[in-house]
Amino acid sequence: MSPTQWDLPPELCCRPMAFVALTGLDVTYNAIHRAIWDAFCANRRADRVPISFKVLPGDHEYPKCRTKRTSYEWYIPKGILKTGWMNKHLNLVPALLVLFYELDWDDAVWKEKQSECATKVEIVRTSLQGRNTKVAVVLIQKKTPLPPGEDLVASERAASLCNACDLSGKSLFVLPHTDHLVGYIIRLENAFYEHAQTYYYTEIRRVKSHKEFLNKTTHQLLFVRHQFKIAFFSELKQDTQNSLKYYRTAYSLVHELRTHETNMLEIKTMAGFINYKICRLCFQHNTPLDAIAQFRKHIDLCKKKIGSAELAFEHTAWMSKQFQSFGDLFDEAIKLGLTAIQTQNPGFYYQQAAYYAQERKQQATHLCAHEASVSYPTPDHLETPSGALDFYGQRAWRQGHQSIDPPHMEKEKGGILALQMKEKDVPHSELIIALLSNAVAQFKKYKCPRMKSHLMVQMGEEYNHAKDYTKALKLLDYVMCDYRTERWWSLLTSILSTALRCSYLMAHIKDYITYSMELVGRASTLREEQKSRIEKNLIKVLMNEVPEAEPDCDQASAKAAQALWSDRMSLAGSNEFTIEVQDYVPFVQCKAKFLSPSFHVDDPVQLHVYLRADCPHPVRFSKLCVSLSNQEYNQLCVVEEPCKSQDILEASSQENMCLVPGKTRIYSFKFVAKTEDVGKKIEITAVDLMLGSDNGRCVFLNWRGGGGDAASSHEALLAARSFKSRGRVPEQHVEWDTVSIQASTMIISRIPKISVQLSHEPPALNNEMYRITVSIQSNEETVTKDVKLTAGLKPGQDANLTQSTHVTLNGLEMCDESHPALLPDIAIGDLQPGEKVEKCLYVRCVTTGARIFLFHVAYALSTKVEGKDITCRCHKDETVTIETVVPFEVAVKFVSTKFEHLDRVYVDIPFLLMTDILSASPWPLHLVTSQLQLAPTMAAMDQPQSQVEHVVLQTGECASECFSLQCPPVLNGTSSVASGQYLISWKRKSWCADAPVVTTVTTLPHVMVETIPLYVHAELPSFGRVRESMPVRYHIQNRTGLVQDVEMSVEPSDAFMFSGLKQVRLRILPGAEQEMLYNFYPLMAGYQNLPQLNISLLRFPAVSGQLLRRFLPSRIFVKVHLQCLAKARFVQYTTDCCPMDRVSHLSCRSLQFIQSDHGPLGCISDQSSPCMS
Amino acid sequence: MLTRLKTQVPLFSMNSYTKLGEKLKLSGLSLASTHSHVIRLGRHNSKMAVCIAVIAKENYPLFIRSVPVQNELKFHYTVHTSLDVVEEKISAVGKAMADQRELYLGLLYPTEDYKVYGYVTNSKVKFVIVVDSSNTSLRDNEIRSMFRKLHNSFTDVMCNPFYNPGDTIQSKAFDSIVSAMMVQAS
Repeated sequence: MSPTQWDLPPELCCRPMAFVALTGLDVTYNAIHRAIWDAFCANRRADRVPISFKVLPGDHEYPKCRTKRTSYEWYIPKGILKTGWMNKHLNLVPALLVLFYELDWDDAVWKEKQSECATKVEIVRTSLQGRNTKVAVVLIQKKTPLPPGEDLVASERAASLCNACDLSGKSLFVLPHTDHLVGYIIRLENAFYEHAQTYYYTEIRRVKSHKEFLNKTTHQLLFVRHQFKIAFFSELKQDTQNSLKYYRTAYSLVHELRTHETNMLEIKTMAGFINYKICRLCFQHNTPLDAIAQFRKHIDLCKKKIGSAELAFEHTAWMSKQFQSFGDLFDEAIKLGLTAIQTQNPGFYYQQAAYYAQERKQQATHLCAHEASVSYPTPDHLETPSGALDFYGQRAWRQGHQSIDPPHMEKEKGGILALQMKEKDVPHSELIIALLSNAVAQFKKYKCPRMKSHLMVQMGEEYNHAKDYTKALKLLDYVMCDYRTERWWSLLTSILSTALRCSYLMAHIKDYITYSMELVGRASTLREEQKSRIEKNLIKVLMNEVPEAEPDCDQASAKAAQALWSDRMSLAGSNEFTIEVQDYVPFVQCKAKFLSPSFHVDDPVQLHVYLRADCPHPVRFSKLCVSLSNQEYNQLCVVEEPCKSQDILEASSQENMCLVPGKTRIYSFKFVAKTEDVGKKIEITAVDLMLGSDNGRCVFLNWRGGGGDAASSHEALLAARSFKSRGRVPEQHVEWDTVSIQASTMIISRIPKISVQLSHEPPALNNEMYRITVSIQSNEETVTKDVKLTAGLKPGQDANLTQSTHVTLNGLEMCDESHPALLPDIAIGDLQPGEKVEKCLYVRCVTTGARIFLFHVAYALSTKVEGKDITCRCHKDETVTIETVVPFEVAVKFVSTKFEHLDRVYVDIPFLLMTDILSASPWPLHLVTSQLQLAPTMAAMDQPQSQVEHVVLQTGECASECFSLQCPPVLNGTSSVASGQYLISWKRKSWCADAPVVTTVTTLPHVMVETIPLYVHAELPSFGRVRESMPVRYHIQNRTGLVQDVEMSVEPSDAFMFSGLKQVRLRILPGAEQEMLYNFYPLMAGYQNLPQLNISLLRFPAVSGQLLRRFLPSRIFVKVHLQCLAKARFVQYTTDCCPMDRVSHLSCRSLQFIQSDHGPLGCISDQSSPCMS
Repeated sequence: MLTRLKTQVPLFSMNSYTKLGEKLKLSGLSLASTHSHVIRLGRHNSKMAVCIAVIAKENYPLFIRSVPVQNELKFHYTVHTSLDVVEEKISAVGKAMADQRELYLGLLYPTEDYKVYGYVTNSKVKFVIVVDSSNTSLRDNEIRSMFRKLHNSFTDVMCNPFYNPGDTIQSKAFDSIVSAMMVQAS
C-alpha cells in the first residue's frame, strides 16, 4: 500500500543517529577509497557507535542557513513543526564533515599538497556557512606511522597542516592504508562520534537559548517546536533519558495550545508524533507500562478532539492510525524480548484500530455520499506550489494560517469537498481487513481463540462488504464450527445469515442449501417468519427456481445475483448435491438404530430410522436409504417415492414421505443376514435422505454412521438428566430425545440344539492315557450334517501346557511328543434327529497341574427364515478343567543288613535298598511290575525280582520292596556313587486289560561309599540252648595292603561261659583272614547279649571297635534245655542272631513271609500294617 | 419464592427444598447481607451493568441479557470472547488449589467502551457482567456484591426441581434480579 496522509513520516519512525558526512572519497574509481567506505558502512553491527555516514562530493551544497533571528518581538509563528526539519537534521546537515586527503608525511611535493588540502577545507567551510558543523581532516597514508613522538618530521608537518587548514590538533587524523583497516576505522569513528555529540550538545544549547525571547501569548507554538527540537537533538546525541523528558514536556505543551477547528488537525498530528516518540522511548527503556499509560492518556485527551464535523472521518482515520502504530511499537518491543500477556497484547490495539477504521468507513459513506453531479473542485485546493506542506498537519489551502476563522470561506468549502472526494477512493475494507488480520495473528499467539474467531467473523463481514464473497465465505466457514461446538446459537445464526447472503449473491447452490438448512433448523435463533421465508427459498432452489433475494442486499448486487441464478437454472446437469450434515445442525434430524446389539443368523435383522423436521413447514422427501457396511443389504433398506416437483410443500398423498415439523417418524427395515456374515459386525455407514426430485434439483442429506449431528449428543445428555424422561410416554408416541443411536450389530450363529456330554474319571494321573468319553446327541428337528468335533487342550493357555499334553483317539498305544495337544475337525458325519454318538479321547499329561480342555462340536443345518432357505453353521463348545496328579510317590532308603539306617555304605559289604511306593491316586492302582536298573557302581547280591508284581494299591496304601546290594571297591577312600533307576509299571485297576501300561521311572539317590580297613563277621548257630555248648567263629579280614596288628578281647558275660582266647594280639597279613573260634556256653534262656568282642587296630586308631561291632550280632536266643524241643514249629530268625552270610542270600520276599508269620519284626515298613496284615 | 414453589409443587416437601438450598449456598458462597446492597444499587441507577450473562460449564450461554437491545449481538460477542480470559484464569489456578480459588475473577479485560468482569462458581458456571467504561463510579466491591447476588439467585434456580441443569434459564425471579442490576433501557 502506498503511504497515505495518515502514515507517520519515516524520519519520525526511524532511530535518529548522528549524521557524519565524508568527502574526498572517490568510491567509484578508487579501490582504496572504496575499501575505506566499505569499512565504514558495510556490516555495521550493533556494538558500533550509532552514526549514519554519507559520502558527499567536496563541492556539495548543504541547506542554506537562514540568518539568525535576533529578536522574536514581531515574529508570529506559522505552524508547529516544518515538514522538512527532521529530515534536514537526519540526512542533510552533518554534525561533522570529514575530508579525506591522500598525503604521506614524506611526500615529495608536501608544500603543494598542503595548500591543496587547505583549499579543500576552505571550500567545505564556505558551503557550511553559518552552521556549527565541525570539520575534520583524515590523511590517507601508505606507510604505517611511527609511534607518536618518534617521527619528528610528522609532528612538525602535522602542526603546519593544522595551521594551514585552521584545524585544531584533535581534528586531524591519519589513516594508514594497511592490513588493519577496520581497526583504524573503528578508532576513527569513535573520535567522529565524540565530535558529533559535541555538535548536538551545542545545538541543544542554541535552541534552549531562544527560550528567553519568547512570550506566552504569541509564541505558544514555538514552545512546542523548541521542546521537540531539543528532544530530537538529544535523541541524535543518544541521550534518550533526557530526550524522553523533553518529549514529555513537549506533549503537555501541545495540549496547552488553544484549539479550534482550523488548527485541530495540526495539534493532533503533532500530539500523535510526540506520543509516538514517547511510547517508542518507553519501550526502548523497557518500561512498557509507562508506554501503555502514556498511550491511554493520549487517547483519552484526543478522543473528543474531532475537529470539523464534515471531516469526521479524518479523526477516526487518525485514531485508527494511533492505535495501529502503538500496536506496531508494542509488537516490535515483543520481538526484542518483551513478554506480553493475554489481556495486554498488541492485538487489542490492532483490534481497536480496526474498529476506528470501520467507523471511518461508515462516516465516509455517510459524509461523502455526494450526488453524481458534484465533481472534483477546480482549481485543486489540495495542490501546493511545492507539492508538499510546509508544516505538519496544516491545510493545503491555508498554510501558515493560525487564526480561529478560516480566511476564505469559498476555499474552505472547496478544500473540504476535495478531501471528501479523495476519501471516497480510499480502500477502506482493505485497511480494515489488514488491521483485523494483524489482530488475529496476535490473539492467536496469546491464547484467545474466541477473540480470534470474533475477529475472523468481522473480517468475513468486511470481505462481504467489499464484495469479495469467496473470501468472506472461506473465513466464515472456518469459524462457524467453533461457534457451533460451543453452542452459541445466536452468534452462529448471525454468521450463517451473512454466509447465506454471500452464497446467494454468488449463486453458490450447495452453500446456499447448506446454510439455509441450518438457519431453518433448531440451532437457529431466527424468528419464525424468517425461517419460513428461508425455507420457501430453499424449496424454490430444490425445484430449480430462482430464490428471492436476501434482505440487506443492495439493489445492484441483488440484480446481478438474480442473473447468476437464472444462468444456473438453465445449466443442465450438476443438479445433484450431497451434503454431509453430520457436522451441522440441519433442519432434519436423523437417528438410526438396530433393534438389538446382536441378531442370530436365523432371525431377521431389524433396523429403525427415526426422522424429525424442525422447520416451520412440513417437508417432503423422495427417498430414504441406509448404507450398511455390507453393501448387499443396502437395496433392502430403501424407501422411495418419486414425487412431483410441485408438491414439495403440499401434504403428500402418501403420508409416509412427509415430515411434519415436531413429529417423529419411524421407518423400519428388516432383512435376513447372509450366513457369510456370521461373526461379523454390520454397521450403518450412512443414512441418505433425498430432497427434491430427479427432474429438478436433488439434494442428498448424508449422515455418516447412525445419524446425529453437531448438537444431538449434548441434547441426548440433557435429556438423560431431565426429569421429563422419567415420565410415562404413550405407546405410539416416540420421545425424540430418548431414542439412542445404535449404529452396529453383530450377526451371531444360530443357537445349537445339540448336547455334548463328557464322562471321565478325574483327576488324570501323570503320564497315563486318560480317557474322556464325549457323547454328542442331536436335538435338532432335521438332519445335522457334517458334524465335526474339535477336542483337546483349549488354546490360549500356558505355552508349556501345549508341550506337555498329548491327545489321541487311539487308546491302545502310549502317545508321545508327536501327538498334538488339540485334535481339530474329527469328522463324525451326519446325525439324524435324536441320534447319539460317542467318541473316546485319550489324553496324556506329562506334567501335573490343571488344564482346560475344549470340546467343540460344529455342524451345518438347513433352515428357513422369513421364507428363505439358509444353511447355517452352528457350534457348541464344552470345556472341562482337569487336574493332573502324580499317581504315587516313591521313597528310597539304604539300610544295613540289620535294618539300621545307613548314611554311607562300605565297600564289599552287603546292604539293603528299600523302596516304598505310596499311592496318591484316588483310584485303585494296579502295579504291573517293578524293576531295578542298577548303575555299574552297584551290584545286586542275587537276581533281584519284583516283589510287588500285580499288587493293587488303594488310596493311601503303600507297597515296599527290598533289594540286597553291595558296592564294588572304589578308587579313593570315600566317594558318592550313582545307584541307578527304579522302574514301576502300572495302570488304573478299573481300566481294561489292553490299556497300555505306564512306566514310571524313579532315579535312585546317590550314596556315599567308604572303604574300611578291617572287616569282621561272625559265624554262629541260629540259636543256643541252655547249658549246651555253642561254637562261634569270628572271621577278621584285613582289607588293606598292610600288615595289621589287631588286639582282641572278649568281655565276660553273666549269661555265658565261654572258652577261647580271652585276650589276644594278632598280626594279619594283607588280604588275609584270621579265624577265631570260641565255644559259648549259655547259662540262661531267652534273648541274651553275647559276650562283647572288642577289637582295636593299632595302625588305624580311627576305626573303632564301635564301628566294627556293627557287623557283629549282639544277641542270641537261648532256648530251654531239652524242653519242647521237638515241638518247635518255627524257625525263628531274629536280626540279632541271623548269620550274616545267610541273610545276604535271602530275598526280601522270603523275609516278608517270615514277617507275616511272626509279626513283631515290624521293621520292613512303618506304614505296612494295613496291607501286610 | 419458597411459598410460590410450595403451592406449585405439593409433592416436594418444603423442608427438603430449603435444606437443598442451604447446602448449595454453603458450598459456594457466603450470604453476607446482600439485601442492603440491593437497595443501594437500586437507588443509584448509574452504577449498573449493561449486560449480564450466565455461561454453562461447557461454555454455552444459559442466560444473556443486555440493555441496548439493538446491539445485542455485540454484547454476545463481548461475553463470548471474555471466556478466553476466564478459561485462562481458571486453568492458571492449579488443580489442588481449585477448592480455595476465589470465585470472583475481577476485571477480565478492558475495551475502549466496556469493562468486563467475571465470576466462576465451583461447578464452573460463569457469570459475566459488562459495565460501561465511562462508569467510573462503580467500585470493585459493588461488582462483587452484584455477582454474589446473582449467584444466590442462580442457586435458587438450580434448586427448582423442574429446572434441568444445562437448560437455559427461564425464571421470573432470576429475571427480575437481573433487571434490577441493569441500566434501565431509555
